[in-house]
Amino acid sequence: MSQELIGISVLWLFLYGYLIVASIDFGAGFFSIYSDWFGKKHVVHKVIQRYLSPVWEVTNVFLVFFFVGIVGFFPKTAYYYGTTLFVPISISIILLAIRGSYYAFGTYGHKENKIFTFLYGVTGLLIPASLTTVLTISEGGFIKEEAGTLQLLYGELLKSPYSWSVVLLAIVSVLFISASFLTYYAHAAKDEKATQLLRKYALAWSFPTILAAIVVFFTLKQHNAVHYNEMLNLSWAFLLSLVAFGIAVYLQYRQKYYGIAFVAVMAQFGLAFFAYGFSHYPYLLYPMLTIHDGFTNEVMANTLILSFVAGLLVLVPSLYLLMRLFLFNRDYVQGKK
Amino acid sequence: MDSVFFSRMLTELTLAFHIIFATIGVGVPVMIALAQWIGVKNNDPHYLLLARRWSRGFVITVAVGVVTGTAIGLQLSLLWPKFMELAGQVIGLPLFLETFAFFIEAIFLGIYMYTWDRVKNPKLHLLLLVPVAIGGSMSAVFITTVNAFMNTPSGFDLVDGQLVNINPWEAMFNPATATKVAHVLTTSYMTSAFILAAIAAYHLLKGKRHVYYKKALRVTMIAALVFSVATAVAGDFAGKFLAKYQPEKLAAAEWHFETEKNAPLVLFGTLNEENQVESAIKIPSALSILAYGTPDGEVIGLNEFPKEEQPPLYIHYLFDLMVVIGIALTIVAFLYVLFERKKPQLVRSKLFLSILIGSAPLAMLAIEIGWFFTEVGRQPWIIRGLMKVSEAATTSDDVGIFLGLFAILYTVLTIACLSALHKLFKNKPAEKELQ
Repeated sequence: MSQELIGISVLWLFLYGYLIVASIDFGAGFFSIYSDWFGKKHVVHKVIQRYLSPVWEVTNVFLVFFFVGIVGFFPKTAYYYGTTLFVPISISIILLAIRGSYYAFGTYGHKENKIFTFLYGVTGLLIPASLTTVLTISEGGFIKEEAGTLQLLYGELLKSPYSWSVVLLAIVSVLFISASFLTYYAHAAKDEKATQLLRKYALAWSFPTILAAIVVFFTLKQHNAVHYNEMLNLSWAFLLSLVAFGIAVYLQYRQKYYGIAFVAVMAQFGLAFFAYGFSHYPYLLYPMLTIHDGFTNEVMANTLILSFVAGLLVLVPSLYLLMRLFLFNRDYVQGKK
Repeated sequence: MDSVFFSRMLTELTLAFHIIFATIGVGVPVMIALAQWIGVKNNDPHYLLLARRWSRGFVITVAVGVVTGTAIGLQLSLLWPKFMELAGQVIGLPLFLETFAFFIEAIFLGIYMYTWDRVKNPKLHLLLLVPVAIGGSMSAVFITTVNAFMNTPSGFDLVDGQLVNINPWEAMFNPATATKVAHVLTTSYMTSAFILAAIAAYHLLKGKRHVYYKKALRVTMIAALVFSVATAVAGDFAGKFLAKYQPEKLAAAEWHFETEKNAPLVLFGTLNEENQVESAIKIPSALSILAYGTPDGEVIGLNEFPKEEQPPLYIHYLFDLMVVIGIALTIVAFLYVLFERKKPQLVRSKLFLSILIGSAPLAMLAIEIGWFFTEVGRQPWIIRGLMKVSEAATTSDDVGIFLGLFAILYTVLTIACLSALHKLFKNKPAEKELQ
């Protein structure tokens, strides 16, 4: 396996990690205000307090890891994406800041604030929408290179059906992933009322996820036929993803094995996400930048990979400890500790 | 006004805001660990409560630090894409390593905060704080090496505009690294000690008499003295480093124009139209001694450098202010420790307590001034000798608007952070918790 491939695979893995943990977080915010409007606030709120508050900073580091890592392995991405994405990413930063302050001031400050809670819920949907612009732009056609500078073509971006279908997919996926996880967590917490409510949310958002995915497929065909054909070559992976989805929905519908159901959801998104990633190869940005010409030098790559392995040796046990304390500890989850 | 100007302004704004929380993030966990260690060792509930209350306030500041840290991390690529494209090839390693330090810190901070009552063994709970403190300090170390690299780039050769023979470790441990890291760490510990001391002083000034506050003031002021002395030593090394590796920065800071031995130290003053120093305090030979440890030391003057590569001369005031604040705070800490036992009525007088309260914002001000000094003192370069600031900035036309938006964001965050801290402690005095 070439260094480039190792580098991008590692980064993609962490981005996948972010996709899962951040979706849980983002969706929880939305469900929190949504159920608040219908007088069921405490049900979801407790889960947020017990699980999300201790780990939100860790969630954020997954994102930081990805963007620092990609500039480390592929310094040219800083030039291409940094120049063109100033506006969408700056908006994401502001939204992330608002969201982070909810955890800081809303939960640690022990004071419920209506405005904060509302912003917490809304940012949960707006952040995935703004962050996925990066993936949309990577398909090419949205950047103009002129007189030595790069310009993002906002008009093209806003008019593109592909761009909007990706936003749609991002939002419904967030809600589906989050509801699936929270169903499992509420069930583990023996909170039957919350389980039923969240299970209903999960089922409600399950088929919209698939619909949105299909729309993305077909709009991509219009937008970037090369990538679309590459994806067809990996259609087995997308079909397996669909099978995983079927298992998840079946289990949720039959009200059993919510843990396995969530693992199936992770498999569903994992398979689709990696199949998307591999079919994107070798382009970091169609058609301007591939992982080969954007790659850092060999020495730096070796050092980064080496330090990554060393870092994992510390990181994995720490993450394991965190999950054991707040996720897999029955007494804690049930609120006995 | 162009995108270069706005990019500089936005970076300055974000960093000036972030450095407050970064400083607290590096220093306060060390102070919490110190208090909790004394508490566990002596089985003293006062110190344990001190650690617990500090940690509650601390997580709020960490949250803001995470947010602003994410902002600056992204803004490096958004505002300075060509800098990151070039520098990433050589100095990407510590940036990457910092995410691991950050990961560890975030994980263990979450565990530490939410296990005050879950972990029954107090020693074990104290142990959870160790990765938080190490993670915070290591984050500072890694990021500071990047800044050091911008001042004294090394670990590569430049052949026909291409970077070759890259050595990431040499880039990380460049000549500026040791003194810069030492100075950043000691000043963070020092400032955090003064901030926590000011809180105790505030309560004593308001007439609280509980021994809890006296213990708090004592431990923080002793720490403040130790770290102030360490800061002075690190600062001295930083000055000697400048004389050797970045003489133009030292020369501009000192308004030292002609290369000479027995160079005098210029304090404050003004410059006339011919760049002659007026109404300044001059200490003969002191600059030579500061730079080389001997009056014979020949200090390179600013005139040796082409005009367009000289940093702006106003950094002289920044440098002097930083040093004066540092010295004043060291004296304050020294007086406190000297008189605490012998003349407690003196160090607990209203005047002295007021001075202690004032020392916290002053310490933070010195940090801000210090960073403005070192950053402006590197101008016009972003990577000294290799790339100018004007060559590195984004070409985006929208930076000006976002400068305004981020200014609003940081204002809101400041207000929210202060009000959250206020609410957190308002109805929960330490006396009540001790019962």
